[in-house]
Amino acid sequence: MSRETLFNAALLLGLIAVPAWAVMMDEPFTITLATRAVILALAAAGLNIALGIGGLVSLGHAVFFGIGGYAMGILAHHAQSYTPLMEWPFLIEGTKFMPVIWLLAVVVSAVAAFLIGLMSLRTTGAYFIMITLAFGQMFYYFAISWSTYGGEDGMSIYIRNDFPGLNTLVPIQFYGLCLAILVVVLIFTARLRRSPFGLALNAARQVPARVEAVGMDPMRLKLVAFVISGVITGLAGALFADLNRFVSPTMFSWQFSGEIMILVILGGVGRLFGPVAGAVTFVALEHFLGGITEFWHIFLGLILLAVVLFARGGITGLVAGKEATHD
Amino acid sequence: MKKLMLATAAAALAAGGAMADVKVGMITTLSGGGASLGIDTRDGFMLAMEDANRDDVEVVIEDDQRKPDIAVQLADKMIQSEKVDVLTGIVWSNLAMAVVPAATAQGLFYLSTNAAPAQLAGKGCNSNYFSVSYQNDNLHEGAGAYATQAGFKNTFILAPNYPAGIDSLTGFKRFYEGELAGEVYTKLGQTDYAAEIAQIRASGADSVFFFLPGGMGISFLKQYADSGVDLPVVGPAFSFDQGILQAVGEAAVGVKNSSTWSKDLDNEANAAFVAAFQQKYDRLPSIYAAQGYDTANLLLSAIDKADVNDDAAFAAALKEADFASVRGEFSFAANNHPIQNVYVREVIKEGDVFTNKIVGTALEDHANAYVDACKM
Amino acid sequence: MSTILIIEQVLNGLQSGVMLFLMAAGLTLIFGVMGLINLAHGSLYMVGAFAAAAVAGVTGSFVLALVAALAAAALAGAVIEVAVIRRLYDSDHLDQVLATFALILIFSEGTRWVFGSFPLFLDIPDALSGPVTLPGGIQYPLYRLALIGVGLLVAFGLWLLIERTRIGIQIRAGENDREMIAALGVDISKLYTLVFALGAALAGLAGALVGAIQSVQVGMGEPVLILAFVVIVIGGIGSIKGAFIGALLVGLTDTLVGIFLPEVLKLFMDAAPATSAGSSIASMSIYILMSLVLIWRPSGLFGARA
Repeated sequence: MSRETLFNAALLLGLIAVPAWAVMMDEPFTITLATRAVILALAAAGLNIALGIGGLVSLGHAVFFGIGGYAMGILAHHAQSYTPLMEWPFLIEGTKFMPVIWLLAVVVSAVAAFLIGLMSLRTTGAYFIMITLAFGQMFYYFAISWSTYGGEDGMSIYIRNDFPGLNTLVPIQFYGLCLAILVVVLIFTARLRRSPFGLALNAARQVPARVEAVGMDPMRLKLVAFVISGVITGLAGALFADLNRFVSPTMFSWQFSGEIMILVILGGVGRLFGPVAGAVTFVALEHFLGGITEFWHIFLGLILLAVVLFARGGITGLVAGKEATHD
Repeated sequence: MKKLMLATAAAALAAGGAMADVKVGMITTLSGGGASLGIDTRDGFMLAMEDANRDDVEVVIEDDQRKPDIAVQLADKMIQSEKVDVLTGIVWSNLAMAVVPAATAQGLFYLSTNAAPAQLAGKGCNSNYFSVSYQNDNLHEGAGAYATQAGFKNTFILAPNYPAGIDSLTGFKRFYEGELAGEVYTKLGQTDYAAEIAQIRASGADSVFFFLPGGMGISFLKQYADSGVDLPVVGPAFSFDQGILQAVGEAAVGVKNSSTWSKDLDNEANAAFVAAFQQKYDRLPSIYAAQGYDTANLLLSAIDKADVNDDAAFAAALKEADFASVRGEFSFAANNHPIQNVYVREVIKEGDVFTNKIVGTALEDHANAYVDACKM
Repeated sequence: MSTILIIEQVLNGLQSGVMLFLMAAGLTLIFGVMGLINLAHGSLYMVGAFAAAAVAGVTGSFVLALVAALAAAALAGAVIEVAVIRRLYDSDHLDQVLATFALILIFSEGTRWVFGSFPLFLDIPDALSGPVTLPGGIQYPLYRLALIGVGLLVAFGLWLLIERTRIGIQIRAGENDREMIAALGVDISKLYTLVFALGAALAGLAGALVGAIQSVQVGMGEPVLILAFVVIVIGGIGSIKGAFIGALLVGLTDTLVGIFLPEVLKLFMDAAPATSAGSSIASMSIYILMSLVLIWRPSGLFGARA
């Protein structure tokens, strides 16, 4: 086993052991923190597909995160107020049923990612970063003035949505659900990277000309990657909204796009478990630094700087060595 | 997320004493933009707590960074790990909407030191939720009433395009009887108002009402003063607060604003509060500090009367509002929002410091528009 | 709607455009010469405004305040260039984004540490306060006219510097071929520090000039930063001319759409929803403009072809 595999196994073990410990010690808040880390890791895992494999530096992934959040918010809002979502041309009711919410989050994220990708992928480099940022701002301002669904106030959902066979109000059960989804997505990512599509995408990032030479369209590869990436981040958004039982336009903000990107870079771009390492570290820093000083942002900034300047390859790179294992 | 404990409570714990009887969780904004409001809320609240010098109340304070998801996370933490009985301190309506319904649904008490959105006053009211500050519309209603009293016939009104801004203009119109020369929604966070000021100039208005909290108000007032448009301006207290007035400077002098509190309000509790606050923190208190101070005193009065674990009794004790408010006469309406006066203040310069003085009363013993919608 | 109002709004759009240009010029110069995406450019804007407010508070002189803003921002720029930015020139955009994002956190909370959480006061000088009457009977604030003048002057100065001076030749050469210019014996690292400090000084100047009519507070740089990015992307990254045209386009779009769209919508619908819908779309207008430009020309109006 390589050091990276060992590191990944340790991370996964931690994600199981720490909450288990918290259940025994009756520390429900530790579970809440762990859930937050797992969901953020899922959002970052989504971005990692576009960023790490496809080389697409998207500063607008909050769009999908927000779409997922609003899919949950809107459906649950109508369910809890017993009002239909729409009556024409056919009746659609709200729901508190998680799988349906996820389905909506996934479908809308996919459509949005397809359209945004179609337009943004015409550009490259810094232009791509900025046009994705611009789409993020459009959604952000739209959500702020969308008074039907709370505008800037957002929407509160009083009770967490249901999943068959689970009581999602029990922190550890909801955590288990989120962790299971994360694991499924990580397995999917690992397979994707070894699949012909993943290999072609990797090549399209490194030498687009060669991909074209063998008759593949690098643009199409990147678009598919962007859609998959957006879908995963959208799903994370729906879970995040359920964790907080609340959605608001801040889920669309460019600072949030930046935060998702930070998670990926902090953990190690393109590393399978990079997003997990990044999210766990970020949530821990936020929690412990915040307990020490009101001005904790300064120290967070210094740590991020240190990572960029001295730990290329992020935390995973630091622990497991610079060579990315493309297994 | 600085943690503070009352020194006395800590001492009691150290001496092996019993756990504090009531645990209060304060979630407020202490870092980033908007921190000045949360810091004043905290300082006002803690001033009253320290004056009371009791060992049966413990306060835990955390910083929400003005982010709703962080506020929710902190509320979870306070409810799940800290096991607080009462939550308080949130400055912003959108954060309150994220935290309050869930907290009261779990049987906690929430005392609002500032934010009091309409949703929580009407259909969404709750017997465990008390707004000690006002109902969000109150100051705008006061400004509307003042505009009518002052004989304004053609007012131009503007606010940012978000729920609180829309509520603001609705509140103003509820008590304003004249015509509107124009009604404009600006972008949230906008910093340049040249375009709106040009519209005001061209509209033939005889007065201006604006609601632009924080830095937006500073920008508007400075630019308005420099534009040569010299129509009278009215606004709610938010843009004329002690914290921001110094940044507006001369441009604010003479402007009328509506407020439920002012540092020159003539009552004993207020005189004592203003003096103690200045002595302890070496600056003048703001309305946020005053509301924080009142909230703490209301809480203490209820703790003396009832056990916090007996929901009905504690809610009844809070509702009596048996404390000396710095705002003078104070009681709760049926939906747990204050009945109080809304005053008109004018910005003046006292020595080197810009501050407010009361020049009249816009609304007397005013409650709010949502009392009937609340079924408790 | 009268012609006077329209002219006045166009002036307002121009004024916000030229101030945006000061921000965007530095940003685009730094990107063009060093290939660096600097998210912390908004922090330098804030540094300028705070330095100006602090110095004006002590001395009461607006001129000294401007000098302080220029100096403080240039110094801050030079320091971060030497300490941090220099190590990022060879990194990909990703590392640059993260590192400069970290700098924003440090600058913002550091400023709050030093100056406290309350906004500072900075006033326009007496000589420039109040409105003047323009031909046609338009009342317009003198200070805003001065801002337009200063902005155009700086734009002209920048053009002279780049087209007509030795340093300008080096900068242009640096944009085209880094190895060549180093081979010619130009101290490239000194040139980079200089360019970065110049860009920072322009941002600081904009912060101080605009700070006098707005609120000097922590976080004031971020909204402007986003706008400046929109500007340079529309104009084509690296192009000063593009930044100038882009800044005017964005300034005018932002101002005029916000004012006229609700009026236009009122022709088709009720007043209240028209106002609300109009301002919603207006707040998205510049981003829509930017996407349209990029879809039409993926490297901006004056960008080098990829």
